[in-house]
Amino acid sequence: MAISKKPVSFIVATFVGLVSSIALANPTTDSVQVKTEVAHEEHHTAAPAAHGEGKEFSATELINSHIGDAHDFHIADWDGHPISLALPIILWTDNGLKVFSSAEFHHDNTGHHVVSVDGESFVRYNEVVYYADKFAEIKDFGMIPLDFDVRPLNFSITKNVFSMLLSVIVLLLLFTAMARSYKKNDKAPKGLAGFLEPLVLFVRDEIAIPNIGHKKYAKYMPYLLTIFFFIWINNLIGLIPFFPFSSNLTGNIYFTFVMAFITFMITTASANKAYWGHIFAPPVPKALYPIMWPVEIIGMFTKPFALMIRLFANITAGHIIILSLISLIYIFKSVAIAPVSGAFVLFMSVLEMLVAALQAYVFTLLSALFIGQAVEEHDHH
Amino acid sequence: MNFTSPESLIFWTTLIFLVFFLLMKKLAWKPILGAVKSREESINNALASAEIAKKELLNLKADNQRLLDEARAERDTMLKEAREIKEKIIADAKSEAQIQGAKMIDQAKASIESEKNAALAELKSQVSDLSVEIAEKLLKAELSNKASQTALVEKMLDEVKLN
Repeated sequence: MAISKKPVSFIVATFVGLVSSIALANPTTDSVQVKTEVAHEEHHTAAPAAHGEGKEFSATELINSHIGDAHDFHIADWDGHPISLALPIILWTDNGLKVFSSAEFHHDNTGHHVVSVDGESFVRYNEVVYYADKFAEIKDFGMIPLDFDVRPLNFSITKNVFSMLLSVIVLLLLFTAMARSYKKNDKAPKGLAGFLEPLVLFVRDEIAIPNIGHKKYAKYMPYLLTIFFFIWINNLIGLIPFFPFSSNLTGNIYFTFVMAFITFMITTASANKAYWGHIFAPPVPKALYPIMWPVEIIGMFTKPFALMIRLFANITAGHIIILSLISLIYIFKSVAIAPVSGAFVLFMSVLEMLVAALQAYVFTLLSALFIGQAVEEHDHH
Repeated sequence: MNFTSPESLIFWTTLIFLVFFLLMKKLAWKPILGAVKSREESINNALASAEIAKKELLNLKADNQRLLDEARAERDTMLKEAREIKEKIIADAKSEAQIQGAKMIDQAKASIESEKNAALAELKSQVSDLSVEIAEKLLKAELSNKASQTALVEKMLDEVKLN
């Protein structure tokens, strides 16, 4: 979280500045007028590099918008107009569920375009959907994304959710096809199974069995295989720089939080007497228990916390490096820098492919290790 | 990085991951891991049985060799016995023939002896008959006149006196 906060506050500050200046120039509350004003404004901000005019190119803004989540899937800019796939916005408001397309916002992300659905009005500011009336009250005091007085609960199918569904469909197709091939062929694996089986066996023989042990590994195999391939394919999807890929799902801390939390839940649920005994009755003098208990209990949480941060930081860092290298071209405003930048991007992309597999492996390995510690029979401490 | 409502991604990740996990567990991991395990077992079994078959083959080869050796030894002894038997038969036959020959020779000798004796006896009797006849005829011829008879008697009497 600490890593992400700095650029976030920076971008929020720039947006707030931008918004307040626009707000001063147009002191109006009529949504129709705002709509036209926003359309005009979009023209200038959407593709500053292409036109070489309007707003100054900001690498921070570019990078933050790319590594962040979004309510619509930006595909390309054409003649200064953004082309996006509109994704559904699902809101749980004070008056129940509201569903509408993100196209209703007309690419507005600055809190200007008001969308009215069934008598409720919403605005989108920095990819957060607020109640339009409440937003007007707070917009000058900075944004508080977790304040549920000023915004509805948001269950939208965002770009990351879309990408996750894509990865799930791809993996289900791949592995059900693999499972089917075993029904027809009980000899040596061929084709798809021949390619995927070494990976499955790698998870079993190099991750599950050494860390959990021969007796108990089988129970955790489905989970370990699922997270390995799920994280890996989403890492790879993030590296492909065009629609329908390019999302930064595994570099999103909410995603890594959920994954780490599931590992934590499995570890805790399958923990045996030895594990709890180690936490609540460690082999130290009883007088030290008041010190040991907090340390051990914090230890329970630091392990999945490290999982969460590691995956998030690695993938986000990779995306930031690649985007920064590409941004160099626009910062120097020179084509001459493009080959240098391109060579570095190529190098980084290849490295990121390694990191994609490596981080999936590390996440799975450590999950197996934590589960292994929780189910270990003999405590030698 | 913008804070697009955390509850959205947390909710969908949890939901999608759990559904995904259950689907993968049922549709993919169970059949795949089962198939891999059963195949591994069948490979291990096949290797073990191949090992056993190899051992059996070696045993069989050794057996065959042993049988062959036995057969060869048996043939040798049979040949040897046959040769011995042949020699014995020849020797037996020889001795039997000798005995038989000797017996036959003896019998022949005996029969020749008896024939000879019979012939001699026959000859003797015939000679005696003949000599008697001759003597008779001679006597008849000698004694056809009185003078000669008297002369003979006297001669015989002289011979008797001489004896």
